[in-house]
Amino acid sequence: MVSIEQYGDFETSWCPGCGNFSLLKGLKQALAGLDLAPHQVMVSSGIGQAAKAPHYMNCHMFNGLHGRSLPVAQGMKMANPEMTVLCESGDGCLYGEGGNHFLAAIRRNLDITLLAHNNQIYGLTKGQGSPTTTRGQVTKTQPDGVESDPFNPVAVAVAMKAGFVARAFSGEPDHLTEMIQAGIRHKGFALIDIMQPCVSFNKVNTFAWYKEHSYLIENHDTSDWHAALALADEFPERIPLGIFYEADKPLREDGDVLAVHEYAKDDLKAVLDSFA
Amino acid sequence: MSEANINIVIGGGAGQGLATVGQLMSKAVIRAGYHLLVRQDYMSRIRGGHNTFSLRMGPDPVESPCEPINILVALNEETVALHRDELMDGGIIIADRKIDTGIANTLKVPYDELASKPLYYNVVALGVLGSTVCNDIGIIEELLAQTFAKKGSAIIEANLEVLRASYEWVKQQDFDFSCIAPPPEDAGSNLMMNGNEGIAMGALAAGCNFVTFYPMTPSTSVATTLINKGRRLGLKYEQVEDEIAAMNMALGASYAGARPIVTTSGGGFALMAEAVSLAGVSETPIVTVVVQRPGPATGMATRTEQGDLGFVLHAGHGEFPRAIFAPGTVEECFYLTHHAFGLAEQFQTPIFILSDQFLADSYRNVERFDVDSLPEIAGPLLKPEDSSYRRYELTDDGVSPRLVPGFSETLVRADSHEHAQSGVITEDPANRVCQNNKRLSKGNGLWEEVIGPDYYGEKGAEVVLMCWGSSLGACLEAADKVNGKSVGVLHFKQVYPLREEQFMDVLEQAGEVIAVEGNATAQFAKLVALETGFQVSGSVLRFDGRPLTPEYVLRGLESII
Repeated sequence: MVSIEQYGDFETSWCPGCGNFSLLKGLKQALAGLDLAPHQVMVSSGIGQAAKAPHYMNCHMFNGLHGRSLPVAQGMKMANPEMTVLCESGDGCLYGEGGNHFLAAIRRNLDITLLAHNNQIYGLTKGQGSPTTTRGQVTKTQPDGVESDPFNPVAVAVAMKAGFVARAFSGEPDHLTEMIQAGIRHKGFALIDIMQPCVSFNKVNTFAWYKEHSYLIENHDTSDWHAALALADEFPERIPLGIFYEADKPLREDGDVLAVHEYAKDDLKAVLDSFA
Repeated sequence: MSEANINIVIGGGAGQGLATVGQLMSKAVIRAGYHLLVRQDYMSRIRGGHNTFSLRMGPDPVESPCEPINILVALNEETVALHRDELMDGGIIIADRKIDTGIANTLKVPYDELASKPLYYNVVALGVLGSTVCNDIGIIEELLAQTFAKKGSAIIEANLEVLRASYEWVKQQDFDFSCIAPPPEDAGSNLMMNGNEGIAMGALAAGCNFVTFYPMTPSTSVATTLINKGRRLGLKYEQVEDEIAAMNMALGASYAGARPIVTTSGGGFALMAEAVSLAGVSETPIVTVVVQRPGPATGMATRTEQGDLGFVLHAGHGEFPRAIFAPGTVEECFYLTHHAFGLAEQFQTPIFILSDQFLADSYRNVERFDVDSLPEIAGPLLKPEDSSYRRYELTDDGVSPRLVPGFSETLVRADSHEHAQSGVITEDPANRVCQNNKRLSKGNGLWEEVIGPDYYGEKGAEVVLMCWGSSLGACLEAADKVNGKSVGVLHFKQVYPLREEQFMDVLEQAGEVIAVEGNATAQFAKLVALETGFQVSGSVLRFDGRPLTPEYVLRGLESII
């Protein structure tokens, strides 16, 4: 059995009380619980406090650029379909800079799991509105209040019939672990949008606010797309936690592990001969 | 370069089957044993407009496209109006009999009699041209049968019928085709390939097994060739949402052990620049093909230019080593691409192929590549040498062993931030200096591998034409035609890095050095000046979207030498 200790314990640069701590712990617990050893897991991340997470655990890691963690994760998975591939970053990274990649990744449906650390604010750059910040919320760079509607990633993913769409909350650690495990078990693209407080820069969506507004989904048929859309639409008045939608979808064919794939010389010559 | 070689220009609107006629004719010409060089000129539209497909062919090697036309095949009236004045003395026009060409030497083709419906008009054109150029109908019959093989025997037979009628009709005409040399007797078995296909095949020969791209003229056919020819071999591919994804996905794949290529043109490469820098710092091997077209921005989508050298040279923020290759022929497209993969694997840094629309679309006859003698390219490690493995280990040559994740319990940690040897983020100043020096020192290895320029001509020539990439042919041919002066050509197929000792003697011994480039600011001459201090004495530059021709170079030289 794999233990959570195998994933290590590292010093972080996160603020005391940050939601990232329980998120990281939830991820380690989920992986150990699935009996996945660190060397069986590749994590791609973007930029931001959330994207530093793979630095703070033992795993294969490619910490790339702001907003670009999903293309990297998909490249990893295509090159080596035998690995468990995760992608981890924040709401600004994934839904702002990486919005186009988010839509494309849902359509492409490779077997990867996206963990979106969603604190509804830019943390690392110190408190600007993010794509998920509530309209009207005053920030340092939106002194008159955010004047755009917030992006609802869960509703968008459900609307696009992503194969697995769930929401979790860093203040519900056991449920969070359960959601991550379900996402990894799902064969295909899985989104777990994880609400978390930013203790330094989001004074509206606080731990207490999330606690007050969130509830665990009960008696919901996860194959009912219309019901899932209705659930997703409850945000932000109410924050349902759990699996919104799950469906078996055509999966990219896995194919070979490219690192050990070689072309036969005769095949190459035959291809060249086709130009005669 | 002999007068025996002729220039055939097929002109018409997009959608008239002009490229099909051109490609089949090109293949027929090569199978008949001729040398060939194609120039394609087309507009950014699906139907109509004015496009040309030019075949310069003959018994002698052909170096470049040229301007005077021996045979103009006009699929519409516009072609006649636009190109009639370019006909050489004794040149002929092949056109529908309904078109009044104003030229006596016109073969008036009864398209409506030879074909039952307009669908077959391009086969008529093929038959007439084939009969004119290459007597052996068997070659074209075989080509047509191969082309329509999937459509069934009835379709093949219908096409062959039109072809034979057209061949026969030409033979009955009292018309002078004496400008065309007979095919050489020792017809070889050459391949027909254009520059983009050469790059794609060079990549496959190097073991490239992953391609990501966003479609962009004129680079797209590198990817489509890889997909069409490579997927049966196990190549994986993805047409992605944008160029940003293309480069990042390729880097993810490269990290995980694939051998990827990314294909694009200048505008798409602009979006990739961020991730080029990521390749630099994360030391992830990646080969990028940039097929140039005129900019800025959308520029002229289907035309040619050598305007992106400065951009590719500097793309990506921060400092990291790179190499840039600029093939001048289809053969160089193949061999340099193979070489680029070797360097990317060895030095774990971005390597570039810089081509352009002219070379991309230029079909040539090429000798079969010697696949067996290509050097093997070693891949990354699957297992670490010992338990102390660190991805960014400091080494004398700056090259750290690259390990593929997933084949051992050793973790592989790559990072876009400055990082410690382990791959973990750190801002320690001493570490920063060590890691930056480590990355830059890989440039020494790249420098050792630099392929020097080729010099054609006698040492100490009165004039040396300095060129790079696809301008080679036009310069060679122009050099041959300058009267009264000795002219040499110095051609760079690797444009960065440069090694002075490989060419400075040629530049210093020349009477005058003239830069010949397909851009407005002599970008390569500026690079040479920056690296060596050497200043050219003049330049011939073309940036109207058309490829350099020997005639253009000669006109430019008239005023400066």
